[in-house]
Amino acid sequence: MRPSDTNLPARAVRYRRSRTGLVWAGLRRASLTTWLGLCVILLYAILALFAPLIAPYGEADVVSSQPFAAWNSTFLFGTDQLGRDVMSRIIYGARNSVGIAFITTTIAFLLGGTLGILSAISPSWLDHVLSGVADMLMAIPQLIFALILLALFGSSIPSIVMIIAVLNSTQIFRLARSSARNVAVMEFIEVASLRGERTLWIIVREILPNIMPTLIAEFGLRFCFVFLTISALSFLGLGIQPPSADWGTMVRESATFISYGNITPLLPAAAIALLTVSINFVVDWFLDIASGLRDDQ
Amino acid sequence: MISNRAASHNRQNGELLLDIRNLTIEAEGSDGWQPIVKDISLHLRRGEVLGIIGESGAGKSTLGLAALGFTRPGCHFSGGSVTFDGRDLLKESEERRRQLRGTRIAYVAQSAAASFNPAHRLIEQTIECVMMRGLASRGAAVQSATDLFAQMQLPDPETIGDRFPHQVSGGQLQRAMTAMAMTCKPDLIVFDEPTTALDVTTQVEVLASIRKIVEEHHTAALYITHDLAVVAQMAHRIMVLRHGELVEHASTQQMLSEPEQTYTRSLWAVRTLEKPEEPPAETILSVSNVDAHYGDFKALDDISIEVPRGRTVAVVGESGSGKSTLARVISGLLPSAAGAVSLNGVRLAPSLKQRSRDQLRRIQMIYQSADTALNPRQTVMDLVGRPLSFHFGLKGRMQERRVAELLDMVELSDRHIVSFPSELSGGQKQRVAIARAIAADPDVFICDEITSALDQLVQEQILKLLLNLQKEMNKTYLFITHDIATVNAIADQVVVMCRGGIVQQGAKRAVMSSPDHPYTKLLLSAVPQMDPGWLDTAIQNGRLAKQNIE
Repeated sequence: MRPSDTNLPARAVRYRRSRTGLVWAGLRRASLTTWLGLCVILLYAILALFAPLIAPYGEADVVSSQPFAAWNSTFLFGTDQLGRDVMSRIIYGARNSVGIAFITTTIAFLLGGTLGILSAISPSWLDHVLSGVADMLMAIPQLIFALILLALFGSSIPSIVMIIAVLNSTQIFRLARSSARNVAVMEFIEVASLRGERTLWIIVREILPNIMPTLIAEFGLRFCFVFLTISALSFLGLGIQPPSADWGTMVRESATFISYGNITPLLPAAAIALLTVSINFVVDWFLDIASGLRDDQ
Repeated sequence: MISNRAASHNRQNGELLLDIRNLTIEAEGSDGWQPIVKDISLHLRRGEVLGIIGESGAGKSTLGLAALGFTRPGCHFSGGSVTFDGRDLLKESEERRRQLRGTRIAYVAQSAAASFNPAHRLIEQTIECVMMRGLASRGAAVQSATDLFAQMQLPDPETIGDRFPHQVSGGQLQRAMTAMAMTCKPDLIVFDEPTTALDVTTQVEVLASIRKIVEEHHTAALYITHDLAVVAQMAHRIMVLRHGELVEHASTQQMLSEPEQTYTRSLWAVRTLEKPEEPPAETILSVSNVDAHYGDFKALDDISIEVPRGRTVAVVGESGSGKSTLARVISGLLPSAAGAVSLNGVRLAPSLKQRSRDQLRRIQMIYQSADTALNPRQTVMDLVGRPLSFHFGLKGRMQERRVAELLDMVELSDRHIVSFPSELSGGQKQRVAIARAIAADPDVFICDEITSALDQLVQEQILKLLLNLQKEMNKTYLFITHDIATVNAIADQVVVMCRGGIVQQGAKRAVMSSPDHPYTKLLLSAVPQMDPGWLDTAIQNGRLAKQNIE
């Protein structure tokens, strides 16, 4: 079994493997679509973060006396019904739509993921209570439930974020619970508890790395759903409130254009579609390298 | 069906049935197509059984599937021919090959549990092939399946078919699967490790049934296994494969008496490893009058064992005998209902939650399957380093150096420090698991079937490693196993368990040479011997011993 270098070799031994090293190795194997997805996501992130610097006009500024102006050199994508610059609003929309959806999904994951793992490893009564609550929330149609809650708490951005996060966390709870359960019965968990490890350590170091790929794949999908829920709420007038720019609202407001052969309303819709596809490309790639760790090589 | 059976009697023994010539199969790897079966030729006549042995990765199963004209996804035939009854399967259409499979060529897989559909009754699955091809009416098919169940000595052959796969035992399922393969009266059956997953006592019965049915129907068979003693019972001729190449091919008698190649001889040598029995020593771990329950089921009944320091106590018994439960009670995973476990004279709390860190450290478990015992997301450094930092506070360079030392002890190169478990072979993974246990510097190692999932050559290496470690560090092993050869190789004392109780215990030589309990006799007689006539005597002895137990 042993190689010939019995007396410890002069060459430096590599002891630890860095996470960034793994990601780089993965990137080198990434396909064209992955790169495309990564670029698009990066672009959206830059737009969202630096919207005020990039956008030619303000988010809610009425900059033209002419509503519904055609595409021209001053207003690249024309103006909307109030004479606001469509391009600026699309750029700001990245900040509102994407930013809010991202924050919402993240909160939903923190909440659902934590409770799910906790439920998987805790005594059965706690598991029953948590699962019962999740089932109850899931039994009520999401949109209607969201509407009721928004009517109760008022439709401010923090309450939209919290309500949608809680509603979506139920599915993440289910997923995290079932995948953590599969890991929790593994012998390496037994080894850790035989060593006397604390529960928190077992969760963070033994269970989490094993269910992360599943959760991240779900994150990509869940993000798209949250995005659509927010758009639906905006459509009903309870989502992101004017004058804030939101892609869902923008599609609705200029939808009539489409019958005149104007493609302006397709731009925010295309922005949504492009992001969804890109996220899925990246998630696919991530699953590839994550499962590669376990299977091949 | 009747004409079919008559036909099977009319079959002429000795007629050439399968002729594989210069077969090469390639698999797609990270660097292009690599041959996994290289230029293999074999022939098989009616009524003949050819044994194929080799370690895992030798290409045995690939070759077995090739006899059906099939390759696994990611593999392809790149040369040679597979001629079955005068026709080259590789040139036939896929449709034609599909018609042959099941009717004229059948396959029995290693894991019957994974091959049966849990949602259908056994009888439906057994006659499925006959019904699908329209070979017989339903009534006739059920009747002939029932006959086969009876021939395979399944209990209640009339009604067992109405059960679902989970309602019968593993051995019964394996026999049902052989019956399923026989329903269409095939000319050729490929057995791919059909008894590897079974207990020794069950294995004897399945082997006997298979041999009987093959002889009665003049069926040709390819018998794939890694267990030489098993193949010696079944085959007329034996082929030894390694890395996809033929090492040796001879008749069973000749292969057993005078193997030509060194590799073949090394395969033979594994079973002869024997540890000289050492004198008794002071007790380090004592288990006294322990009872344990799973719900209402009493899994352990009044167990008392003394484990001496620096020695190996082997616990043997078939699955369900309570061996692993004993390990769980000692480690505290399953709190005992009564009795006491003491280490170094100090009584341990029943549950691991009430034991101190130091008490936990002193008993280390090593598991059968390193795949599930090593976190697939941690590198060897993380896996072996954690006990060091947890128990001894070793960090940074000190920790790294110690991990390298430990890997050196288990004969692993330090380039594996950054590896994930998936990048290691089965034997290497088990070495990492052993290194992790040594890292905690325990008094007692509990080894739960740690060599059962490994190839025989790797088993031998691991057993030698354990013996060396014991010699160097005077460590104590409680070694749980169902394999008598392993007991010979490593134990000083033997404890025989059956149905949650101890039936016999004592020094190895005493127990092995004069088994005074009928169950011990049965267990010992069930271990396959190299002698080709062993199976017949074993069946006789086994029946007698069983009657004595009941």
